[in-house]
Amino acid sequence: MPVVDLNELIGTRGEWMQGKGPESDIVMSSRIRLARNLVQFPFLTRCDETVRGEIERTLRKQVVDLTLGGQLTYFDVEQLEGVDRQFLVERQLISRELAESHGSRGVCFTEGESVSLMLNEEDHLRIQVLRSGFDLDGCWNEINRIDDLLEERLAFAFDEQLGFLTACPTNVGTGIRVSVLMHLPALVLTKEIQKVFQALQKISLAVRGLYGEGSQAMGDFYQISNQITLGKSEDQLLKNLRDVVPSIIGYERKVRGALVEDNRQALHDKISRAYGTLKSAQSISSEETMHLLSSVRMGVNLGLIDDLPIPTVNELFMHTQPAHLQKLRRSNLDSADRNVARAAYLRQRLAIAQPGDQN
Amino acid sequence: MKCHRCPKVATLHITEIVKGEPEELHLCEDCAQQYLAQATTGAGTEESAGGLIKSPSGMGDLDLAELEKLVCPTCKLTFREFRNSGRVGCAHCYSAFRDELLPLLENIHGETHHCGKFPKRAPDDSQKRFQLIKLRNDLRLAVAEESYEEAARLRDQIQDLEHHLSQETAE
Repeated sequence: MPVVDLNELIGTRGEWMQGKGPESDIVMSSRIRLARNLVQFPFLTRCDETVRGEIERTLRKQVVDLTLGGQLTYFDVEQLEGVDRQFLVERQLISRELAESHGSRGVCFTEGESVSLMLNEEDHLRIQVLRSGFDLDGCWNEINRIDDLLEERLAFAFDEQLGFLTACPTNVGTGIRVSVLMHLPALVLTKEIQKVFQALQKISLAVRGLYGEGSQAMGDFYQISNQITLGKSEDQLLKNLRDVVPSIIGYERKVRGALVEDNRQALHDKISRAYGTLKSAQSISSEETMHLLSSVRMGVNLGLIDDLPIPTVNELFMHTQPAHLQKLRRSNLDSADRNVARAAYLRQRLAIAQPGDQN
Repeated sequence: MKCHRCPKVATLHITEIVKGEPEELHLCEDCAQQYLAQATTGAGTEESAGGLIKSPSGMGDLDLAELEKLVCPTCKLTFREFRNSGRVGCAHCYSAFRDELLPLLENIHGETHHCGKFPKRAPDDSQKRFQLIKLRNDLRLAVAEESYEEAARLRDQIQDLEHHLSQETAE
């Protein structure tokens, strides 16, 4: 396997950020992850460093030569610097838990960054497939195939009654988390979003922020996922989201339509001001950037901004995050310096953005 | 969802059985820490404040003491440690604590039987038994959705499979 410099990733964009796929104006990405554990080892909370190392080596040997389409990259997460770990979190390649824990652990991912395998996260193995737009079936077909491939090489902890066994009883059974990352600025703006949350809770679906469990909703992005993993088949759990997400998409579209109809001028003004601030600010926080980019993204999708392609907007959400910014500037920056660097980067990117720009 | 004890966002969702009735509690991280600390020391909870540590029959004490002694023979995790962390220690904990875990799983998932993917390397017989559980589940759904043609098809499949299994057991 070739040695990949993490710094080179900054020049590439994950396939899931292309802004393609069904309903990609509202559904940023679809994701499925599976939790699996090796039958011969205890779960990680009962492992000392020697055993952790052994699990990592056992899994690593099996995952690095999997046929997953394209070249695979492996990072020993324990050896990475803090900023590099944060960089992988921002790219959605590893979870915050994997970034922040201790001891032997790693991540293996494909060239297009749509498949990622986390070693020694909460469970021994977490498989993740990420796709652009609303494409849960695409995610499932791929992750199911990968799980089959792994199962030929590894014995997973499984119980006839309880299914796949996991460190936390909330994941037992299928070990599946199906989630859809939605951009819902109009529902947030009109405060209709609360109704959506309440409705979702009633049907056992969870709503989280951009970076998963415990994270804040930034830039009007919400992750909607299944809470239950036992007693329903993967198909049924997928179907739950497949049935519900279109009505949320419809709701968001309806509210956007009403906003344009009733308050076109006010909406256009808000969006243009957001765009203007991003183009000209001299110092800007990550939070404000996310907030303004959210308005701009909706503006592009409503045709109120016509000189900015969606993939560029999607990329700006990621590139203005702290670790990405520091990689772009090739230096470690404190918060105040980052705000200046972020504003400079936004001015530069938004000045050159042209229709059809794919960079 | 808001925390029940302060204005912050609730991240921990607890279901307690109080006098045989489930009671839901939604807490933020800070309040949850406090709550858990109280729960483990027993201080500050209503029961101990009321001097009701001993249940009238004395059975409660016995059960509790028994629970305290529960240990997974494989990874040596105690049931108490599991209660505190919410994480089991190894695959065998699910057998060691099965009786205690099943109500908890029912609480979380509403079900206690897996009916999803089954590893291919599992023995043929258990695959069939598992398939049976899945089909029965599908049948229930089909009936609920009033898809009677689908239900009839599933019923036939179930009967076939039951027949196979009973023959195999007889052999």
